[in-house]
Amino acid sequence: MEYAVILVYSTTHALQIEKLLREHGVECKLIPVPRHLSSDCGICVRIWRADLELVWALLQESGIEYEGCYRL
Amino acid sequence: MSSDSLIYLDNAATSWPKPPEVAAAMVAFLEQVGANPGRSGHRLSIEAARIVYATREKIAALFNAPDPTRVIFTLNVTEALNLALYGLLRPGDHVITSSMEHNSVMRPLRALESCGVQLTVVHCAPDGTLNPTDVATAIRENTVLVVLNHASNVCGTILPVGEVGQIVRQRGLLLLVDAAQTAGVLPINMQAEAIDLLAFTGHKSLYGPTGTGGLVIGHRVALSQLKALKQGGTGSRSEREQQPEFAPDKYESGTPNVVGLAGLEAALDWIQRRGLAEIRAHEMSLCQQLLDGMQAIPGLTLYGPCQASLQTATVSFNIDGLEPSEVGLRLDEQCGVLCRVGLHCAPAAHRTLGTFPTGTVRFSLGAFNTSEEIEIALSALHHLALERH
Repeated sequence: MEYAVILVYSTTHALQIEKLLREHGVECKLIPVPRHLSSDCGICVRIWRADLELVWALLQESGIEYEGCYRL
Repeated sequence: MSSDSLIYLDNAATSWPKPPEVAAAMVAFLEQVGANPGRSGHRLSIEAARIVYATREKIAALFNAPDPTRVIFTLNVTEALNLALYGLLRPGDHVITSSMEHNSVMRPLRALESCGVQLTVVHCAPDGTLNPTDVATAIRENTVLVVLNHASNVCGTILPVGEVGQIVRQRGLLLLVDAAQTAGVLPINMQAEAIDLLAFTGHKSLYGPTGTGGLVIGHRVALSQLKALKQGGTGSRSEREQQPEFAPDKYESGTPNVVGLAGLEAALDWIQRRGLAEIRAHEMSLCQQLLDGMQAIPGLTLYGPCQASLQTATVSFNIDGLEPSEVGLRLDEQCGVLCRVGLHCAPAAHRTLGTFPTGTVRFSLGAFNTSEEIEIALSALHHLALERH
């Protein structure tokens, strides 16, 4: 199993996404943003790569803003 | 005199005591979390951010605001009001307010007036009540904003913000409400009452610690329209030297008061458990008891609506022949009754009530006051008034 991450604009958005995913039973964890993806000092949401499509659909439906989804 | 025997009637300045859960949550944060929210990716930093975000969500739920990211935390309601007023108003704009405002609204407006903002102060009746039609009449072509307190900090008069909200919305303007005296005790529904900006404090009827408060931004306000008061580190978009444009980061620079917000979150939970309606009913009952008792005291003049259902549990009065400061001192020294005297940072309100520049004595009740305390305070007043006559 491999990971993907959702990059967000702020910690507030990360916490919103974490809540959304947990409500839908999607496993996730907040981690520091990997340096190769961004120089931002904040956090991002790590998910299983297998959940990417579901997560993408949930994010579209919720309207929560995010920067992008990336495979690790 | 120990603090147990004191009767604290200064809840409009800040509520005391606080629910014990508030201090417990603050100690737990300092001892077990302590980290800076949103600045690092480790577990304690995320835990601190969780506390801040949970508090945002609870504030949004309490005021029926749809978007928790638009709950902006500030030091107090004064900073929140300054953010809204300085953020929105530009030279040439016209703004309407009432003659019952606190200086937290009046002073920024007077300062903005000297920078080219036009100001109309709508006069309230001598009991502090506002006729919504008078607000409608004051609207001009360049009016952008109406600012009102939800209830007076001097005499408790509740202003008709819902009715004004409808007028304001029909005319395409914005409504800013100063809920310093009402958040947590009167129901506030930003969507139903058409409130576009709501400024609140955490340490009065929300029962949190001092150093907490905020501005809730409704959806009719574009973030591009509302300037930030300050810029700085947000823990987000760190590669850029320009402030982020999204909420809450646009308006929240620097490390927030997480320990205070931990306390505020616990206080919001406490309000939820006890019930806002129950707190209001308790305070109304005590307020009516106080008003009825005061009306039977010779030489005591009451100000405001003098009816518990038309006001918060804040009562202003004077005793013939005694300066307010003298009444306050004697109540404190002889009876352990703590209240506030003078002008209460609201000269315009006192002019409206006819009590400027002498001021009044103010008793303001809270959720922890009891009927026995009101009886003791009334008998102390009776004594003072009889001594005088």
